[in-house]
Amino acid sequence: MDPSRKRRIRLGVALSTAVLLAAALVYTSFSASSEAVKPSQLVAQAVPGRNYHLTGKVVNGSIRHDGGVTWFKVRDRDATTSAKAVEIRYTGSVPDPFANGREVIVDVKKGTAGDYIGAPDSLITKCPSKFSAKTKQT
Amino acid sequence: MAVVGRACLIIAFVVSIYGVGAAIHGARPGNRRFAESARRSVYAIAGLVTFSFAILEGAFLTSNFSFVTVVTHSSTTTPFFYKAAAAWSSQEGSLLLWAFLLSVWSSVVLTITRNRLRDVTPYATAVLLGFATFFLGLLVFTNSPFDTVAGPAPVEGSGLNPLLRHPSMMTHPIALYSGYTLAAVPFAFAIGALIARRIDAEWIAATRRFALGSWLALGIGLLLGARWSYVELGWGGYWAWDPVENAALLPWLTATALIHSIQIQEKRGMLKIWNVSLTLATGTLAIVGTFLVRSGILDSIHAFVEQGNEIAWLFTGLICVMCAGSIALVVSRRALLASENRIEALLSREAVFLMNNLVLVALTFVVFWGTFFPLISEALTGEKHALGPPWFGKYIVPLTIILAVLSGIGPVLSWRRATGLNARRNFAIPILLAGAAVVVSLALGGGRSLGAELMFAACAFLLGCVGQEFWRGTRARRAMSGEALPVALVSLVRRNRRRYGGYLVHAGVALLFVGIAASSAFQHVITPTLQVGQTAHVGGYAIHYDRPTGTITTKGGRLERINLGSDLTVRQGGKVVTRLHTERGYYPTDDSSLGVVSRYFEGEQTSEVGLKAGARRDIWTVVSPDTDPLRPIISQGDKVFGDAKNLPPSMGAALLGQAIRGIVNRYERNPPPAQFRFIVSPLVSWIWFGALVILFGGAISIWPPPGGATRRVRARYLARVGRESAATTS
Repeated sequence: MDPSRKRRIRLGVALSTAVLLAAALVYTSFSASSEAVKPSQLVAQAVPGRNYHLTGKVVNGSIRHDGGVTWFKVRDRDATTSAKAVEIRYTGSVPDPFANGREVIVDVKKGTAGDYIGAPDSLITKCPSKFSAKTKQT
Repeated sequence: MAVVGRACLIIAFVVSIYGVGAAIHGARPGNRRFAESARRSVYAIAGLVTFSFAILEGAFLTSNFSFVTVVTHSSTTTPFFYKAAAAWSSQEGSLLLWAFLLSVWSSVVLTITRNRLRDVTPYATAVLLGFATFFLGLLVFTNSPFDTVAGPAPVEGSGLNPLLRHPSMMTHPIALYSGYTLAAVPFAFAIGALIARRIDAEWIAATRRFALGSWLALGIGLLLGARWSYVELGWGGYWAWDPVENAALLPWLTATALIHSIQIQEKRGMLKIWNVSLTLATGTLAIVGTFLVRSGILDSIHAFVEQGNEIAWLFTGLICVMCAGSIALVVSRRALLASENRIEALLSREAVFLMNNLVLVALTFVVFWGTFFPLISEALTGEKHALGPPWFGKYIVPLTIILAVLSGIGPVLSWRRATGLNARRNFAIPILLAGAAVVVSLALGGGRSLGAELMFAACAFLLGCVGQEFWRGTRARRAMSGEALPVALVSLVRRNRRRYGGYLVHAGVALLFVGIAASSAFQHVITPTLQVGQTAHVGGYAIHYDRPTGTITTKGGRLERINLGSDLTVRQGGKVVTRLHTERGYYPTDDSSLGVVSRYFEGEQTSEVGLKAGARRDIWTVVSPDTDPLRPIISQGDKVFGDAKNLPPSMGAALLGQAIRGIVNRYERNPPPAQFRFIVSPLVSWIWFGALVILFGGAISIWPPPGGATRRVRARYLARVGRESAATTS
């Protein structure tokens, strides 16, 4: 076969494969992803049985343990009140930095009873780079 | 000293702006002295930034709380070792570290190339100084590490986050930032070569070691981060596909592709566009990595800042300029970047190296897509979606299996065209080893995971290829020089550092992949709640909760932390395998809204892992003590000390110490059930060992070859041939 034709065929096969793989990547990423939401969005739009990727801050004083289950409330990062906070029922590993007021990310599902169930071992807590807010500076 | 530090940064910023102009002007014919002046500007910046960095380190080491960053990231109780590391635990301190490392590497490369690449160096200097201007601008205008507190300095600081008190944290950021800043060097020279139209392999030869250094440093950073996560974060994993972790992985992947593909350009004058693109992509991804940590645009456990800060826009601008400039230069110079040769056969080293490159780029794309998917999906659909570890695994596992196989095939094939005989001779033993690995794994109870089995086979194949190359090379060397086998092996590696260092890296990759596959597919995890005296069973082991423990750690007369833990005995088949101790440390907080006693239980908490590591498996344990039953007594303590505000401070401190000791003793006497996390993971140690082999191989590759070694071997060989010829003729 003419070498230049051979090269064109190879290029065509390679490009077609790349396009197919890219299409598979796009399709699977949309079908496998969870919608990333804030607690206020979760309250407004959560559909039972669907997975959500919840981001927010742990409401002060809301953490309680019951056997292997941890209950805690999460509010919007920028919210000043916990009016639209959601309570999560979570089982699994709790990261060391998990504490009141800390930013967390957790995969949740709305239960049939309207409660929110955290996916086991999905809780991650933002690693703080410091303990407290900056001191007033000159 | 804060004023001096700030002044040094301002002067360095001004010098960097001058240097950029001088370098560009110096690139014109007849303006050489301006190029020299620009090079000296880099040295001056290195000196000034080093001095600033020393001032900041001095402030941390002496607990100078007039510095805002020292107050918020250190304390008198922070151990000395970690006071030094605390300097880069803040946004501003880490930016200063970035600028410091960049100035050092820039000085090194410009010293090495001062009499070479005269057309390219001025432009490269301008690019390096451009980066310096950007980071110094951030340090001067938005994130100064030399801000001071208003009024008198506090007597105590907030302290370094206890999670960062791990030896890895001393070296992990330095390694990562070295990787990022070293990637700027080949980037700058690639830009210089494109502008100056000097697209030969000389700029690659001049910066190859910096690319390799970047790859090595990023690898060390990733390894230390993974190890820190495993032993410090209390979840038992080493990789979570977090955006910040991925940010360091992305340039490492493209750098890996680059250090393979530049061999093709050096040997056959091919893949010039590919190599220059990989160099530019690695440099840009290094900045993307820095940007991800600092911008807060993606939800990460490591992000330094909240969303929507001005620094994000500045980094976005820099990345846009880098991308647009790189693409424009490559497109405009495409005629000069044409390959001198073509791939002649699919069964050739260059073809397999190219396939290996395509897999690495595919891996980069998958990681990039998964990391940035929240932003991509929001742009496309208006809804933010996130992808979890299972999605990454779906693509990463098959791609890494292919990568392992190609890593075995590539180096043993001939350049240009390999014959069928060549392939049979090289792959018969590795294929047998791959089959044997599957049989052994199935016999040991594997078989639950097809991905893991395929990975074991691919890695056995890779190890077989590497082992065979070492054996053949050593045998040939012994035949040539008459050296003993171990001496011949060492001489072989010494003489061909790049090649055999690379083989060692491949062997390390095989060990690391086996460790990851085994520990991911065959891990046993339970999270039981146990009373003292109870036993839990996991992965064939019985773990018994022997007794609770409670201790108080003090430093310099101040309480550093309270430790509540447990002693455990691990048995297998009734026999004691090991005894483990795990505990949780409670660090005090300075939150004045809490009661005096509560502050000692409501601050940061860290897990101290009870770990029995072994070549076959790790037994990993952590405890989460239930402090709820202690709440009433803690609240009572808060009330008592709240009412006794008039106590002399020394008496108050002594009574508080007694109260806390009493609470800890109470926990030991009447321990409530504690929640544990027990993990039995096979072959985790292979990950760390494999990573060390990779780093060792990388270090061998980067080390310059001894000049005389090749000549000595050749002389000895010629002498032997001469002797044998003389003997034959006589």
